[in-house]
Amino acid sequence: MTMRTRLLALLAGIATICAARADAVTLTIATVNNGDMIRMQKLAGDFVRQYPDIELRWVTLEENLLRQRVTIDVATQGGQYDVVTVGNYEVPIWAAQDWLVPLEDLGEDFARDDLLPAIHDSLSHDGKLYAAPFYAESALTMYRTDLFEGAGLTMPESPSWQFIRDAAERLTDRENGQYGICLRGKAGWGENMAFVSTLAHSWGARWFDMQWQPQLQSQPWQAAVSFYVDLLKKYGPPGASTNGFNENLALFQAGKCGMWIDASVAASFVSDPRQSSVSNDVGFALFPSRGSLQNHGNWLWAWSFVIPAASENVEAAKTFVAWATGKSYMQLVAAESGWADVPPGTRQSLYSSAEYQQAAPFAGIVLQAIEAANTRQPSEQAVPYVGGNFVSIAPYQGIGTVVGQQISAAVAGQISTRKALANAQFIAEREMTRARYLD
Amino acid sequence: MASTHNGATARLMLSPAVALLLLWMAVPLAMTLWYSLHDYQLLMPRGHEFLGLENYVYFLTDPAFFESLVNTFALLLGVLAITVLGGIGLAMLLDRPMYGQGIVRVLVVSPFFVMPTVSALVWKNMFMNPVNGLFAWLAQVFGMRAIDWLAEVPLLSLTLIVAWGWLPFATLILLTALQSLDTEQKEAAEMDGANAFDRFVHITLPHLARPIAVVILIQTIFLLSLFAEILVTTNGGPGNQSTNLAYLVYSQALLRFDVGSASAGGVVAVVFANILAIFLMRLVGKNLER
Repeated sequence: MTMRTRLLALLAGIATICAARADAVTLTIATVNNGDMIRMQKLAGDFVRQYPDIELRWVTLEENLLRQRVTIDVATQGGQYDVVTVGNYEVPIWAAQDWLVPLEDLGEDFARDDLLPAIHDSLSHDGKLYAAPFYAESALTMYRTDLFEGAGLTMPESPSWQFIRDAAERLTDRENGQYGICLRGKAGWGENMAFVSTLAHSWGARWFDMQWQPQLQSQPWQAAVSFYVDLLKKYGPPGASTNGFNENLALFQAGKCGMWIDASVAASFVSDPRQSSVSNDVGFALFPSRGSLQNHGNWLWAWSFVIPAASENVEAAKTFVAWATGKSYMQLVAAESGWADVPPGTRQSLYSSAEYQQAAPFAGIVLQAIEAANTRQPSEQAVPYVGGNFVSIAPYQGIGTVVGQQISAAVAGQISTRKALANAQFIAEREMTRARYLD
Repeated sequence: MASTHNGATARLMLSPAVALLLLWMAVPLAMTLWYSLHDYQLLMPRGHEFLGLENYVYFLTDPAFFESLVNTFALLLGVLAITVLGGIGLAMLLDRPMYGQGIVRVLVVSPFFVMPTVSALVWKNMFMNPVNGLFAWLAQVFGMRAIDWLAEVPLLSLTLIVAWGWLPFATLILLTALQSLDTEQKEAAEMDGANAFDRFVHITLPHLARPIAVVILIQTIFLLSLFAEILVTTNGGPGNQSTNLAYLVYSQALLRFDVGSASAGGVVAVVFANILAIFLMRLVGKNLER
């Protein structure tokens, strides 16, 4: 090879590299700092190997901050992010505003038919899928089998609220730092209101009547919230009004709670011997129901990826979303860190896999809870909205936040339940009038 | 004295800087005013319809508004009282010659350089936490019930946290003022038979009047927009018990995504701050004239 040809070859080589560089797309992905998302970032090397011309730039934020940044960007059509992580609360609202790209063609590996119907439904708007679920949860009753045995109690698979109350009373031993029940009390529409809203629905209450008139002072709400406040004050841990999901998780793992009713993702954390001191003594049951009502509140939450309509890299973004939520990603996680760590709650194939059922003894009850969640008919009464642990309308973030503050203040003993609900009703009416739902 | 000709040149030379400052201030203010009169809710885009004063009406009749106004002033007065009284005391102690004076002064001043978010987190998690905090441990040592500071007395807790951060500032200003006090005057008073209390009331305090006014003025400006400490510790709760005006505006803008009423809230806060500033400037002005 002469000097000249070598030089030419070199130049040609440089030219190809430059051309490849010019084609490379950079995807900006906004996501939440939960364990499963962090694992996905670690595994993203696999995506980069498959698609070398797509670069990934991560923006990982805490949930509230993520929601603020992302909502402002999407609502103002900023186009700063190509892939955004949101819940099923946002999806129908944003889809109705045409802020999202429909995800109709994510390819074979994504296998849309494999998604659990409840999840698929909660991420669709007008029959089109707008979000790809990464992991999903319903709510469960988690309890300590050793304490139940000691007290001579047997947890039914589908407990009633009355049973929960009796059991909480029996299990509470304040002297020894043992509390019958741990529940969320920290104010926030995604914190205490997720629980209270589910509880109220299971009690036959509804947020709004068919004319969008708030119903927070109705008899079922009064009964449900009084029950919750009383239960937590009498049999809950001290400082319950500031306990959110993470605080309760720590309390339960440390063996302080007899029962804990919360999101089903917690099932894998409390049964993991690496982080839980009670991993061998945990049992699971459905979210409680009231009396003869076979309504378990219909909690359903799905962390999902959406592509904002303002994104300039829609095709590359679809490629990424299909990779992160597809069937092969489950296999990838299973191979790299075990079946128990596979993001739960989204696919039928996961729950029919024998390996998963063996690695996750709670798989059956989680599936049962998710499949039972009917977000279109969350209450016994007719409702104009969608959602069990929230209400999927734009003004709900404001309403849920303020109502959450009032109920948290009632748990803290600062105001009575009656007063808290009266304040909540007043604020909800104001917000609904302002949002033009009411005249 | 500059001639009129020179004056015109000077004004011309100054104009770019003045114009820039004016733009810097006027454009955001004008935008805030415009938003505050229009329907601008991020999650419910309805085409920025003109609303007149509706946003103001909603903001001012919000049940949280009056409470937050009271909280704003309670926080302000609480912190001012602690820092001014504590500042005078500390400054007088530090003014005395003692061993290791330099180091002590540096240590006393250092809280001022700790970032507000950091100090608030330290207070929240290491001192006021009802389970792991130092105060809870102390209470248990003496057989008392541990207080959940941020849930039971949120405003008092915040006042303490903020006052801790601002005390060094007051001390520093008052200390430098004390050092300029003529010692001969004090000696003369002592020879005339004035006791320590009389000397403090009739000599030291009048001498400190101006620096105290300055401390109050500067702290008021910063404390009216207090935000970081609240966000990090109580999030304005429980209920609205520790929400101040700045935090209320934040919650309108970023928790409800209502730009219109948040702007209205911003304008209301500016108006309040200006009313307060007028009184304060008069006070300081009187003090400085003497």
